[in-house]
Amino acid sequence: MAYVAVKGGEQAITNAHALLAEDRRGSRDVPEVGVDQIRAQLSLAVDRVMGEGSCYDRDLAALAIKQSRGDLPEAIFLLRAYRTTLPRFGFSDPIATEQMAVRRRVSAAFKDIPGGQVLGPTFDYTHRLLDFALAAEGGHLPEPAAMAEAPLADDLPTIASVFSHEDLLEHETPALDAAEPYDLTREPMQFPATRDQRLQALARGDEGFLLSLAYSSQRGWGSTHPLCGEIRLGDVSVEFTPPELGFPIELADLTVTECTMLSEFEGSMEHPPQYARGYGLTFGHCERKAMSMAIVDRALKAAENAVDQVHPVQDEEFVLYHSDNVEASGFVQHLKLPHYVDFQASLQFVRKLRREWAEARSAKEAAE
Amino acid sequence: MTTQAPPLLRVNRVSKWFGEIVGCRNVSFDLHPGEILGVVGESGSGKTTLLRCLSGKLEPTSGGAEFLSKRHGPVDIFQLGEQDRRRLQREEWGFVHQNPRDGLRMRVSGGANVAEPLMNLGGRHYGQMRRATTDWLERVELDISRVDHKPRNFSGGMQQRIQIARNLIHQPRLVFMDEPTGGLDVSVQARLLDLLRELVRDLQLSAIIVTHDMGVARLMADRLLVMKNGDVVETGLTDQVLDDAQHPYTQLLVSSVLQL
Amino acid sequence: MSVQPTAQAELTAPLYNFAYLDEQTKRMIRRTILKAIAIPGYQVPFGSREMPVPYGWGTGGIQVTASIIGRSDVFKCIDQGADDTTNAVSIRRFFAKIAEVAVTESTAEATIIQTRHRIPEKDLQEGQVMVFQVPQPEPLRGLEPRETETRAMHAYEEYGLQYVSLYESVSAYRRIAATASYPVIVDERYLMSPSPIPKFDNPKLHMSPALMLFGAGREKRIYAVPPYTRVRSLDFEDYPFETQRWDDVCALCGAEESYLDEVVLDDQGNRMFVCSDSNHCGERRAEGHVGPMVDHALAGATS
Repeated sequence: MAYVAVKGGEQAITNAHALLAEDRRGSRDVPEVGVDQIRAQLSLAVDRVMGEGSCYDRDLAALAIKQSRGDLPEAIFLLRAYRTTLPRFGFSDPIATEQMAVRRRVSAAFKDIPGGQVLGPTFDYTHRLLDFALAAEGGHLPEPAAMAEAPLADDLPTIASVFSHEDLLEHETPALDAAEPYDLTREPMQFPATRDQRLQALARGDEGFLLSLAYSSQRGWGSTHPLCGEIRLGDVSVEFTPPELGFPIELADLTVTECTMLSEFEGSMEHPPQYARGYGLTFGHCERKAMSMAIVDRALKAAENAVDQVHPVQDEEFVLYHSDNVEASGFVQHLKLPHYVDFQASLQFVRKLRREWAEARSAKEAAE
Repeated sequence: MTTQAPPLLRVNRVSKWFGEIVGCRNVSFDLHPGEILGVVGESGSGKTTLLRCLSGKLEPTSGGAEFLSKRHGPVDIFQLGEQDRRRLQREEWGFVHQNPRDGLRMRVSGGANVAEPLMNLGGRHYGQMRRATTDWLERVELDISRVDHKPRNFSGGMQQRIQIARNLIHQPRLVFMDEPTGGLDVSVQARLLDLLRELVRDLQLSAIIVTHDMGVARLMADRLLVMKNGDVVETGLTDQVLDDAQHPYTQLLVSSVLQL
Repeated sequence: MSVQPTAQAELTAPLYNFAYLDEQTKRMIRRTILKAIAIPGYQVPFGSREMPVPYGWGTGGIQVTASIIGRSDVFKCIDQGADDTTNAVSIRRFFAKIAEVAVTESTAEATIIQTRHRIPEKDLQEGQVMVFQVPQPEPLRGLEPRETETRAMHAYEEYGLQYVSLYESVSAYRRIAATASYPVIVDERYLMSPSPIPKFDNPKLHMSPALMLFGAGREKRIYAVPPYTRVRSLDFEDYPFETQRWDDVCALCGAEESYLDEVVLDDQGNRMFVCSDSNHCGERRAEGHVGPMVDHALAGATS
């Protein structure tokens, strides 16, 4: 076999890209999937990509999903890279989830709460039986959902306000001197992490990773025994106060999922016994992620001292450093890059050790 | 042991409060070169808090401690910057923990543990350091063929010997010991104490030993500090304090000792 | 009350700034670089940006290059010493797309050389900048996973953990086993990882006329070795630092002093050794040097 000098890498890459484009399109007998279809009918994928991609734009997320052939971490990567190019002109005012236009709102803590339990569009009570009608030609037009007799109450108080008159829920105080929230896309991670840094990292974090950590804490690898205080899904308005105007203007409406987890807190010298809160927030409808995030937030909050950090979910450095799937995917997959120079050094070393081992052995045998 | 040499450590009214709870209060004493001070009392007496303050592990609420440092001359250890204090801990002090796991790197060999202080001081000749290490392992009565074994493969008593070697090999001027034989079998304790006493005398070290065990105190210490609820209630030469205790609490402690 | 657009929103491609990064980001990175140069070997945290290239594939190096490159620069990019390995090609294409700079394969002509895992054989000159791609900037990370701990070790110059690891290596292998990412002390103060270059290349860092910049995008650290800085590979007096050596010479150009790649020729165990630095090998062959297997069929060989 003749030695082929390493040339033609450029051509190889061009060819690979062409092949990728072909595979992405697939058979020409099948209609090309539209970005609008992905946006409308694979909306939960779009929501996940927006959340972990840290960029609320349904069309871009749908395009990213099309371009990545449905590989969601790849789509998230595309959206993150796009986000880097966007100019930044400020921070919005905090969104007011207590004023959310609610589509779904449930609480496990109370049988009933002001405004009621609103199931909304959920998989929760479906029977997981494949619906072959969905595969039929000509599409499947569902029966229109029935309208309720009366509209939802105007006021759907959050779990915090339900507790507030008894002061049973811990107060969340912002960091001491922070005028602006910590921004992980501008600053590197710092430990110990402030809560804003932690929540941002978790919001951008991989759903699977956080799900497994939350699961582990429920099974005893961590001491959180959480109760779901509330989950709400709906639209909130994003407001921004330009310095030139001095009053807030509405920029957009976002759909968000918010989850509050409650767990008992026995109190300390400064605080009476009360409930501590774990908080989860995602773009779009991502309940599993919002719940997992809230559980992990609570576990990390409880383990602020090194001595409490026994289990993985309580270890702040472990959780926050490894939750970003764009970083994780890049580093894991970088192993595909050539490492033959280091490997050559390693080969030399191992061969040398082998020779010495063999020599020592034969010397030993000769002596016997 | 001479009383004319300046004190190696001069402790002046060291206090440590944890909120409203007193750890130790207004502790003062001088420690001379070659002298061994025992700090005795029951758990909760404040003796461990005092040790942690004096060894630079805990910042006291008030008070000072002047140490005659080779590098800095006389210096208040609480006024030193963190980097200098940590260097002092590495270069001029030793600290023998009650649990050897707290004082050893469990994932590296016994030999490496003992060689590390030499490397911290700039040692760069492997062969020489290895010889010094094996010499020290012999001195603490360990089998030198096990120099490359990890501490987890040794018994508690043997791990403690490795810890002692690691804390003496760089010839510190002052060694702190926190219940150095606590947690070991009684028979093992006695042998280890004999070894410790011999080494400290041979090297003419100063030491501060915290212990709840009056037998250990009698064997090891030249002088005693008796502590109760954060205060020093009695101090003096060991034999005097143990045989002729003045303070009722000391009398209580002494009377409750089982004869070794 | 969710807002549904009636028509598909217009998706437009963004316009890219010269060298991709916006000017504010470049300024931030340059400030980081200046700080790194002021404290040789110290890892300076920086707000690493999400790049269109995966983490682990050179985002740190790319950000450093993008922050310092100008229109008059000449850019060389190598991976494993060669200009034509796929990732080097990919990065060179990236800069060709978003910054219209001249590119070269010649080490002597380049003003900025971005590299993964090697330093070129040819001596570098004053005014040249090497940009290293770094997967793991923390030399102690393999020994201590916690950032809070390693940060303190550097601050307090407490490198006992590293020394102990060297000692163990000699106890176990009768030598210091590290063959790449071999730890160094910079300016007799900071312990530094030279990135996964083979230890063969470590001596090139010491007192080099060139500026060495190290970028770790995923870990978000930049560090530097300024020109003419002391860089010492850790060793023992009786186990001194040694570089790799081969019994063979380069099969193509006959070089005896360069780092050699092993090429498997067949499954009978036949192999040949070739310069890892493709430009160096090519220049030697152009000068007339020949190696023992230069007649061996070379499909698509470069001159």
